[in-house]
Amino acid sequence: MEMFLFTVFAAAACGGAIAVVLSQNVVRMAFYLVISLGSTAGLFFMLSADFVGATQLLIYVGGTVVLLIFGVMLTASGPFLTIKSSPGSMVLAIAVGACFLMMVVGTVLQVDWDGNAARLEGQYGASSLDRPGYNQHGEGHTTRSIGTALLGARFDKDLGKNREQPSTGYLLPFEIVSVHLLVVLIGAAYLARAKRRVHVPSEF
Amino acid sequence: MMPLLAAETISDYLTDEWGWTHVAALASAAMVHVALLGAFFGLPAFAGIWAERKVSGRIQDRLGPTRTGGRFGWLQSLADGIKLLQKEDLWPNAADSMLFRVAPYIVVIASFTAFLFLPFSDNWVAMSLDVGLFLALAILSLEVLGIILAGYSSGSKWSLFGGMREAAQMVSYEVPLGITAVIPVLIAGSMNLNEIGRMQSGWFWNWFIFRDPFTMLAFFVFFTVTLASNKRAPFDLAEAESELVGGFHTEYSGFRWSLFFLAEYASMYFVSALGVILFLGGWWTGIAPIDDFFRTNDSWVVNYLGNVLGFAVLLIKSSKLVFLQIWIRWTLPRLRIDQVMTTCLKYLVPISCFLFLGATAHSVMLPGKSFFFIDSGLGNRAAEAAVIAEPAQSESEVSVAHPKDADSRLALTANSTVSEEEH
Amino acid sequence: MEGVGVQGYLAVGAVLFVCGVICMATKRNGIGVLMGVELVLNGANVNFVAFSKFGPLGLDGQIASLFVIVLAAAEAAVALAIALNFYNNHLTIDVDRANELQG
Repeated sequence: MEMFLFTVFAAAACGGAIAVVLSQNVVRMAFYLVISLGSTAGLFFMLSADFVGATQLLIYVGGTVVLLIFGVMLTASGPFLTIKSSPGSMVLAIAVGACFLMMVVGTVLQVDWDGNAARLEGQYGASSLDRPGYNQHGEGHTTRSIGTALLGARFDKDLGKNREQPSTGYLLPFEIVSVHLLVVLIGAAYLARAKRRVHVPSEF
Repeated sequence: MMPLLAAETISDYLTDEWGWTHVAALASAAMVHVALLGAFFGLPAFAGIWAERKVSGRIQDRLGPTRTGGRFGWLQSLADGIKLLQKEDLWPNAADSMLFRVAPYIVVIASFTAFLFLPFSDNWVAMSLDVGLFLALAILSLEVLGIILAGYSSGSKWSLFGGMREAAQMVSYEVPLGITAVIPVLIAGSMNLNEIGRMQSGWFWNWFIFRDPFTMLAFFVFFTVTLASNKRAPFDLAEAESELVGGFHTEYSGFRWSLFFLAEYASMYFVSALGVILFLGGWWTGIAPIDDFFRTNDSWVVNYLGNVLGFAVLLIKSSKLVFLQIWIRWTLPRLRIDQVMTTCLKYLVPISCFLFLGATAHSVMLPGKSFFFIDSGLGNRAAEAAVIAEPAQSESEVSVAHPKDADSRLALTANSTVSEEEH
Repeated sequence: MEGVGVQGYLAVGAVLFVCGVICMATKRNGIGVLMGVELVLNGANVNFVAFSKFGPLGLDGQIASLFVIVLAAAEAAVALAIALNFYNNHLTIDVDRANELQG
């Protein structure tokens, strides 16, 4: 069952990504991007990361892609805008990309992951994700642990282990990100505000 | 033998009692869930379209449908559906035909999937997840994507306007929707819709809407925003029959057009049920003795009947909200798009932020007290739900050597549930 | 029934990453380039979450991917504002036309 679901989601994610590359119409690209990102959210659910998957759906698919399509609508100078990329650069990029992909996948397949996992387990102890604890992580209930981790307390790591030093949380990054979002909000509104259009002679 | 009605999950029942293999049991349980949900997905559309016709007729001093299906025209929706199925499936030459055909399915799938996370009664939920509310809102927001794609791919200026308006409207309503939906989460301490609902048992002053003045106002903000999210008047800018012909669905006909309507009425019902679970006491009747009788009884028959009663209560409550939506549609004039964005961004966002802060302050300063300073016992129920949600050993396991900053926070968070329970 | 190891997820992440890079390199539409960036970040996210499940790091990977998602949304908003500004000045969003700063 797991293999079957993984195959479906992985195929949809990769197929969507490849379709984004090959498609020339921007809105279709956005549609394929939605398929790819949505299936990635499915992969996240399979990895028992339910909160990350939900965030992916809400922010990426529901927010960012809608924003992108909105941008396409605001900047399209004709119906079904296509800006073709030159075939030469396409072939070159695909060749380089395929080489890189082979290199990465080859590296991934060469690593002895099981041995590595055993070694790490000997070093750090068993992953607390599988332990019964504050939440059943194995079933994907990660919300509370992520919430407390963002506030600085690590239930996923410190539960039931007599640690000399509690693990570091994510309170400071969380605050920085929230200030960052405020800056982005103001900055984007400032950049995109309506201005008098400079008249450039159009070529088409 | 454990009866099916009292089993925890269908797949457990099939594996334990009938000796099915795991995969087969999971697959058939999934099919049963989808069939049940499909029924509750189609039912609101069926009832909603008929109610829309009847209510609008009465409001406009007409009778509405009277003949189809005998009295009251109650089979009108079915007649509409059959008529729509027979229609020719057209698409314009100028359309991007792939996207044009796919868009209605995106809308209907998004609307249907959201029902997976909706508890219809205590534990009557297809998927009880800790991120239930978050995920439901996320999936509901995918519906907008289908509408924008439909508007863009139709190749018609009316549709394009409809799609653009929907995109602009979505950017403005999502923010207050998120903030007002977070307020009950803040009070309940969980995003699991089942737990949020369970916490409002007992007398009706335990319902989150009556908890404090802020949540009461938050419910009305939430309701206004859900009107916008369903494209109901006065926020129906995306379809605006009198300005944009049909808005995003101008070019659609027959089956695909009916999919849009199916999704619209289903998500109307969905957001109403969400509002009921978040603010209006979910599936509880609001009269403590009745609920407690069904809840504390040992017999599974009585428990099951209690769940059926809760289901009926949830249906009735959310039908009233749907009725309210229809009533508002036929009473209020439509806003302009700039007025919609002003309403949502300029007024509702600050208001909902203020309500959020107010609800936070209220729960810090008057813990466990509801509207008229009645001790609602909400905290006890919260602790009870938290203990149900996590295994018993979790509190005792937290032991970190040094009383450092993070350490004390750890202890504080883990023990707060315990202390509330003792209190 | 055998489960999927970390390799499968890493391979998916690699495919997403490479597709994103190709997209960034070849698309001339500014918004297409943005979609490439999203794909690249998404490929990285798959790796983060996969290591969070299969490694000893607890939820670190998931939290990192949360930050990536949030920052990607912020990046998309700013980039879109820049694209709109560019369109206001040039009446196109073809990135090859943004060549005024060439010497």
